[in-house]
Amino acid sequence: MAQIEMDGVAHSYLRHPEKDADYAIKTIANIWDDGGAYALLGPSGCGKTTLLNIISGLLTPTRGRVLYNGTDVTALPPEKRNIAQVFQFPVLYDTMTVYENLAFPLRNRGLEKDAIHRRVQEIADILDLTPFLKQKAYGLAADAKQKISLGRGLVRSDVAAILFDEPLTVIDPHLKWHLRRKLKEIHEQLKLTLIYVTHDQMEALTFAEKVVVMYEGEIVQTGTPEDLFENPEHKFVGYFIGSPGMNFLSCRLEGNIAYVNGLGIKLGKQTANAAQKTAGKLEIGIRPKYLEISPRPVENALPAHVKSFEDLGSYKIAAILLDEKTLYARLPEDAPLAAGNVWIVFPPEKTKLYADGRLVK
Amino acid sequence: MNKWENNRAWLLTVPVLVIVAFSSIIPLMTVVNYSVQDIFGPGQSLFVGTEMYKNVLRDARLHEALWRQFLFSGLVLLIEIPLGIALALAMPKKGWGVSFSLVVMALPLLIPWNTIGSIWIIFVRPDIGLFGAFVNNVLGIGFDHTARPLDAWITTLLMEIWHWTPLVALLAYAGLRAIPEVYYQAAKIDGASPWATFRYIQLPKMRGVLTIAVLLRFMDSFLIYAEPFVLTGGGPGNSTTFLSIYLVKLALGQFDLGTAGAFSLIYFLIIEILCFVFYQVLKNVGKGTGT
Repeated sequence: MAQIEMDGVAHSYLRHPEKDADYAIKTIANIWDDGGAYALLGPSGCGKTTLLNIISGLLTPTRGRVLYNGTDVTALPPEKRNIAQVFQFPVLYDTMTVYENLAFPLRNRGLEKDAIHRRVQEIADILDLTPFLKQKAYGLAADAKQKISLGRGLVRSDVAAILFDEPLTVIDPHLKWHLRRKLKEIHEQLKLTLIYVTHDQMEALTFAEKVVVMYEGEIVQTGTPEDLFENPEHKFVGYFIGSPGMNFLSCRLEGNIAYVNGLGIKLGKQTANAAQKTAGKLEIGIRPKYLEISPRPVENALPAHVKSFEDLGSYKIAAILLDEKTLYARLPEDAPLAAGNVWIVFPPEKTKLYADGRLVK
Repeated sequence: MNKWENNRAWLLTVPVLVIVAFSSIIPLMTVVNYSVQDIFGPGQSLFVGTEMYKNVLRDARLHEALWRQFLFSGLVLLIEIPLGIALALAMPKKGWGVSFSLVVMALPLLIPWNTIGSIWIIFVRPDIGLFGAFVNNVLGIGFDHTARPLDAWITTLLMEIWHWTPLVALLAYAGLRAIPEVYYQAAKIDGASPWATFRYIQLPKMRGVLTIAVLLRFMDSFLIYAEPFVLTGGGPGNSTTFLSIYLVKLALGQFDLGTAGAFSLIYFLIIEILCFVFYQVLKNVGKGTGT
């Protein structure tokens, strides 16, 4: 077990990278605490797998260092790093039995037969694989295969961390839930550092204690699921987390009033103060859940127009036209709502300000 | 009722039936017809039942040719399959080297078979052949494939290996390239040695193409004719008279069509049975009984 530190890590697949765009991973400095359950969340192609492969040593970064418990392991190959990785598709040794598959990493490391036997039995027990131990691995169902891949990581008692690269892609939906629970159980039981790559926000939010959001080769925010929802530090986090995503409107600032095409929206004091020091393209952002809608004019409200709404059973999503921009609002099921003119309020404490995509705070 | 009216669709299979009839059924039946007769000349023949089969099965020279053939095919498989795999493992995986090595590997496969025999006759000649002259004059070892049976065997085997190992290598290379990168990554994470990676990933994943390679090389080497016929003509003595060479001697040399017909059918059966056995064995190698 170990704390894993990324010190100024950058990676390009090109031999001679020049521009920023040549880098799959732009400079990342990050610490993965010992025993943490992390989700690495981001859209396809944002560099999640690259980052994972750098942690495990399958890739050597172009720049920067990787440290395990303070020891520089950047130059070490995966087999010397004591790391385990579970891939998107189950990787099995077809000709071996389940038992031999689980024992393989230990045999390669020259452990004694008795020690291997004990450890394999123990892990098979945790993963409910005991009845299959004598079977060949290739004939099993996808979820059992993925459990074997996971087992090959768990079986090494000294493993620094287990990395998962979208491990549930090929698993049936009803088994996904089961396997995710199993992973949580294992995490609580063994206190291992787990890093779980996914592009599915539900998966990330249910699995992890901390979610690391990546976007275009950068980590844009690390936080608890609640943090990500309440305080998205980057426009992308606002978009990506929550359904529908955050509303954004371009604006210009005068004092603590943000003007969207002449319509003034009052901001929180702290935000307004911080904004005085920032330059760049300004936008306000607000979660659909926090937009307040009123059928009558109220204080600080802006006139708008309800275009349409969808009833999703437990709540409603309204599409609201504010000066030619469409905003989405998430309203309680019993909210009285009809198409037509309404007044909307941006509560100052929930209205965020972004400069060049980054939260002003 | 209507069922019967639509049966004209069967007519669509007629072209296939005609082609198969002319390409295999009729020739095969002609051979069957020959094998039960004693043929003296055109139009002169006598029905003899199974006598030709009895003759063939008792023919000592045929027995010798059969064992010779097994020895030859066995050696060919033992050498060409591991050598082909080794070559495939050594071939480059990216860059210009890939196409270069593919073309070089394919060269022997493009040469007509009797030309290969001629090339090797010259290659091993003790006076002017690159190989023959080198072994005789530089190494000082007497080597003459026309005089000594062992030398004839070595030459025939070398020729066969040079000609066909590239096929095995190309098949194995295709099998290797089809293994997803993630298997190698998992092997690295699991700390597998290069040997373990070969034994537990590459070899099992190549099983399909290697099955085809073994079957092809077995059949071809068991049927080998043109190259040794040109190179040694079956000699010296009968030392390189393989089954097909003996068969042609019987059928065309001695015009013993009845015996040759019976011989052909037995030959055909041996290949069929062995291929079936090989296929069954290779299909099940490394597979468990998983429920």
